[in-house]
Amino acid sequence: MENSFTPEKLDKIESILAEDLIEAGANSVIFIDRAGNIMARQDNGHCEHDVYSLAALGAGNFGAVNAMANIVGEDEFSLLFHKGQKESLHFSKVDEESLLIIIFGKDVSLGFLRLKVAEAVKKIREI
Amino acid sequence: MAFINPRNKEVQVKIVYYGPGRGGKTTNLEHINSKFKERIRSEMVSIKTYGDRTLFFDFLPFEVGKIKGYDVRIQLYTVPGQVKYNATRRLVLKGVDGIVFVADSMTVQREKNLISLKGLQENLEAHNKNIFGVPLVLQYNKRDLKKRNIPILPFDVMEQDLNNRLKVASLGASAVTGENVLPTLKKIISATMSSLQDDLK
Repeated sequence: MENSFTPEKLDKIESILAEDLIEAGANSVIFIDRAGNIMARQDNGHCEHDVYSLAALGAGNFGAVNAMANIVGEDEFSLLFHKGQKESLHFSKVDEESLLIIIFGKDVSLGFLRLKVAEAVKKIREI
Repeated sequence: MAFINPRNKEVQVKIVYYGPGRGGKTTNLEHINSKFKERIRSEMVSIKTYGDRTLFFDFLPFEVGKIKGYDVRIQLYTVPGQVKYNATRRLVLKGVDGIVFVADSMTVQREKNLISLKGLQENLEAHNKNIFGVPLVLQYNKRDLKKRNIPILPFDVMEQDLNNRLKVASLGASAVTGENVLPTLKKIISATMSSLQDDLK
């Protein structure tokens, strides 16, 4: 696992997050490693959530859910979704070491978001 | 593993407080939280059981200023100490950069310290890390109990039990009174940052 990216790679990742996900209506997007560190982030300018705590909990949550997957004979559950009244969370695996967490409101449809996430994940993997 | 952002000049470092149950790991973080309130912008996150024991972890992020031109963001975690939560401990150790082992000085807990340290070694191995290679500080907590006539292990005995081979920095402390909590933190931050020296260009 790399513990650093070049500034060029960070730029590319951040523009994918902005163009594919924030433009699609997401409020905030964080790209994290499985240790809970934030590697890149973007938001719509109106989002004041504590993303560092969210990253720590998100990485832990993903690990815990994967342990549950193993118990029922799955290798992993590569996608998680938590629905709230106003804000929802969408987690998806990018590769073995990284995850994408998206905070989005009720005005964005889950199906559309999933489509955009799949595109973004593909682009990040190709960098 | 620390994440270094060369563009923002920011480094995120993960330090885990590990040790036997009811040893004072959460109390260490609570003391740090109360002392550094002005540097900590977010609330301490604690995932607890109804009985107030750590179920998953505590999380406390704060900034320590610049080191070699990088803004250093320290992320402190604790693990649940209870024996049954080993899978969770292993999960929290993922990507760890530095460890504080909080041992319980009470004579009756001697065996539990040894079992927990052995568990730490095994859990690190599961992440392909060697306990002899990871920045580590030992804290012998609850030294204040001596004043209340509760039998505690002499410092030398704890050194012999836990630090005979590791030979890392060790401190007697009392997380409840705050004694040596911040010196422990300073020691682990400095050990961890010096291990990252080569990565910070």
